[in-house]
Amino acid sequence: MPTYKLFVNGERVSVDAPADMPLLWVLRDMLGITGPKYGCGVGACRACTSHLNGAEIQPCVVPIADCANKHVTTIEGLADGDTLHPVQQAWLDEDVPQCGYCQPGQIMATVALVKNNRQPSDAEIDAIANVCRCGTYCRIRRAIKRVTA
Amino acid sequence: MTTTETPTSAPAVPGFGRRRFVTFLVAAPTLTVAARLGIDLIADTPALAAGRPTQTSGEATTATNLGTTYVLRVTSDNRIIFESPKADVGQGISTALAMLIAEDLDARLTDVHSELADAANLPGQSVGGSVSIRDAYDPVREMAAQARARLVTAAARRWGVAADTLTTHDTAVHAPDGRSETYGALAADAASITSPDVAATPKPISAHTVIGTPASQQEGRAIVTGAMPFALDVPVAGALPTVVARPPTIYGTVAAIDASVTKAMSGVVAVTTIPTGVAVTARTFHEALRGRDALRVTWGPGPVDDVSDSTVTERLAQAIPPFVNLPLLSNHVDGRFEFAFVNHAPMETNAAIADVRQNSAVVWSSTKVPNSTRRQVAKAIGLSENAVTVHVTRGGGSFGRRLSSEAQIEAAQVSRALGRPVKVMWTRDDDTRHGRMRPASMHRMRITYLAGEMVSFQNLSSAVQLDFGVSPVITGIDPGALGYPSIGSAFFAITQETPYALGVETKALNEVPLKFPTATWRSVYSGHNRAAEELMMDRLASKLRKDPLGLRISLAKDQPAKALLRRLRTESAWGTSLPAGWAQGVGYHEEYNGRAGCVVTIDASDPNAPRVMSALVAADMGVPVNPRGLEAQFMGSVMDGIGTILRAGNHIDSGRVRESSFADFTWPRQRHAPRDFRLVLMPTTGTSIAGAGEIAVPAATAAVASAYGRATGTQPWRFPLNF
Ligand code: FES
Ligand code: FES
Repeated sequence: MPTYKLFVNGERVSVDAPADMPLLWVLRDMLGITGPKYGCGVGACRACTSHLNGAEIQPCVVPIADCANKHVTTIEGLADGDTLHPVQQAWLDEDVPQCGYCQPGQIMATVALVKNNRQPSDAEIDAIANVCRCGTYCRIRRAIKRVTA
Repeated sequence: MTTTETPTSAPAVPGFGRRRFVTFLVAAPTLTVAARLGIDLIADTPALAAGRPTQTSGEATTATNLGTTYVLRVTSDNRIIFESPKADVGQGISTALAMLIAEDLDARLTDVHSELADAANLPGQSVGGSVSIRDAYDPVREMAAQARARLVTAAARRWGVAADTLTTHDTAVHAPDGRSETYGALAADAASITSPDVAATPKPISAHTVIGTPASQQEGRAIVTGAMPFALDVPVAGALPTVVARPPTIYGTVAAIDASVTKAMSGVVAVTTIPTGVAVTARTFHEALRGRDALRVTWGPGPVDDVSDSTVTERLAQAIPPFVNLPLLSNHVDGRFEFAFVNHAPMETNAAIADVRQNSAVVWSSTKVPNSTRRQVAKAIGLSENAVTVHVTRGGGSFGRRLSSEAQIEAAQVSRALGRPVKVMWTRDDDTRHGRMRPASMHRMRITYLAGEMVSFQNLSSAVQLDFGVSPVITGIDPGALGYPSIGSAFFAITQETPYALGVETKALNEVPLKFPTATWRSVYSGHNRAAEELMMDRLASKLRKDPLGLRISLAKDQPAKALLRRLRTESAWGTSLPAGWAQGVGYHEEYNGRAGCVVTIDASDPNAPRVMSALVAADMGVPVNPRGLEAQFMGSVMDGIGTILRAGNHIDSGRVRESSFADFTWPRQRHAPRDFRLVLMPTTGTSIAGAGEIAVPAATAAVASAYGRATGTQPWRFPLNF
């Protein structure tokens, strides 16, 4: 079984895993990093959304082989110690979460969006395709507007 | 001990409305007060038979003597720990209950910490039917008031001053001379105070500063940092990932299995045949899924292999009797409405961890019915109930899904077979194809009128048989005694009320006994049946050439309904001119002690890709506890309306569910959501408290369908529309 070295939330890690093993299960089952959630396993719900070298990915469909020597950021790696990332703070200020299960993915998708686009339009916010079964979309929009205002 | 009865009499239907309770001091080293709910329902338990609830002294008892529904503990580090029997699946009940405590304890809300209690076999430890806040409102506030009175008394005795000169705020007792002491510092003294020197009465509504003030969910920070543990996130040492291969058709069986390839695969630890399929346990979920793919299983048929959508429709139609004859010269409006099966589809799929040992078992999962979960797990693995511990984790949504305990049972079965802890995860396709659904239904309706007067309303409905399981909503309903052929029929008759004066009402629902995995889905029958009734109001308005909202106001049965509908008309700028292909739609509903109305504006200029652009909900909740939580519930309800009316449902093809994931179960995403949502709360009436989780679903569902019809000039009748 091959060994992969990568950085997860700034820490260097090394894992023995089959090349086709999705990053989601490396994170959750081998590294105990459970912030990224399973919602479908096929790239459809985006509950697992995290970052690879700063870009949004769905770890349930990205094999570990594609992550070798790269930087993975999960929801756990977003805050700076006790200081929340502005997107996390906006989520709290708008009380976005209901059950919260989709929210790590929603937040990571938003962080990726606002990083490249300081003031996303309504249409660009519409393009965030993460499912929220509880229906928090209006508050997500408010939170994004708050953080980019 | 203090015994309290709520001012309301015992409800007509057990399980509904407010219940009797008793609050008492628990013998403990630190101040601990508990409440026991439902003493009217369990009068035969030994503690009650011994006459305890009739005692009025403050004598300390032990929690186990009487059992506890709610427990409040003040710790020496000035934290208020609240053991909540109400599962939190995102509805925000933990926060709402913490608010009740903060209010009558005069504690800072941030000092109140809710913990989900383990299964303890007590009345009130279940969630469903929007009863949680109604169950808790009186007992929890009284518990807090009892605790406060003891803390004040302890401070008065310590300082040698009269208790009635002291005040409380910010989790501390304050004296006029400026001295103060935190609750934590008084908790040990207060623990032995049996009769407080000040009254232990909850505040009047006029004095509320926490109840009615918007508060954010307590779990927010844990959620946004990824620290909130859902079932599969609980770090149970050595618990191995497990998935289950399931039959292609609903409730199919395992006929034969060849697991040789799977067993030889790297990472695979075990293959176990269980009643629902074949479980593969591995080092990681990836390897378990790989192993599952490699199984060669011969499947036996299930009970609905010969059933497809067309069969369902046919059977539903057959189950509806003809309308009764019309009076001579009358006019009528007819409607026929159909709703497809629809998954609950919570984001967190069915999941559980179990650790079964020789004589005991521990389960971690989200469940709205912990006691039933415990009972079913115990039965499945042949242990006594007392040998099973069920820890309740936060749930990633429910909508009715977490009333059944399939994953918990499977995890226990596999763990018993392997002799080690396992974590069972249903994949999304498992949950879509074998998880529960709202039963498909059909509704035939006729409104008859004569010379401008409403003569009669007939609502003859049918639905595929609904498995209520252990849902608390059916507590006490005996269909036979009530003269109904099934629980579903009885529940329909009891709950489905039309808020308009339409003359003589005839309503019945017949169930079609097809064995599908169903469960109550947020608002049970109201989400579709009441939405269909609201569409009948639109049809009636158009026949009478009246404004649909104006007609609802004039036919509404009571003044609060008219007031809410009028408010909705003003707030929504009803009738405002809109672009071609756009329209407003309205829905209204009363249930759960409350009232909710909804107006949405839809852009259906492309009828195949309609979008609700804005939504307004007006609600009369009696005493609104957490307006911010209410807004969240109602936003979610609007999304349920958009989902079930415009987009998402399940097809049945020869006993299999066609959809498998969010790719084809097309639940709305951000681009389908209104860009603007507004909640208007009607003034506090102070006479009742309403349940929030479901009440807006029928109103919003109706409003979406109504708006679509008005925007497209059609009469929508089969849902979801784009299916
Ligand atoms: S779990 Fe990764 S997209 Fe659904
Ligand atoms: S908050 Fe529950 S799924 Fe989004």
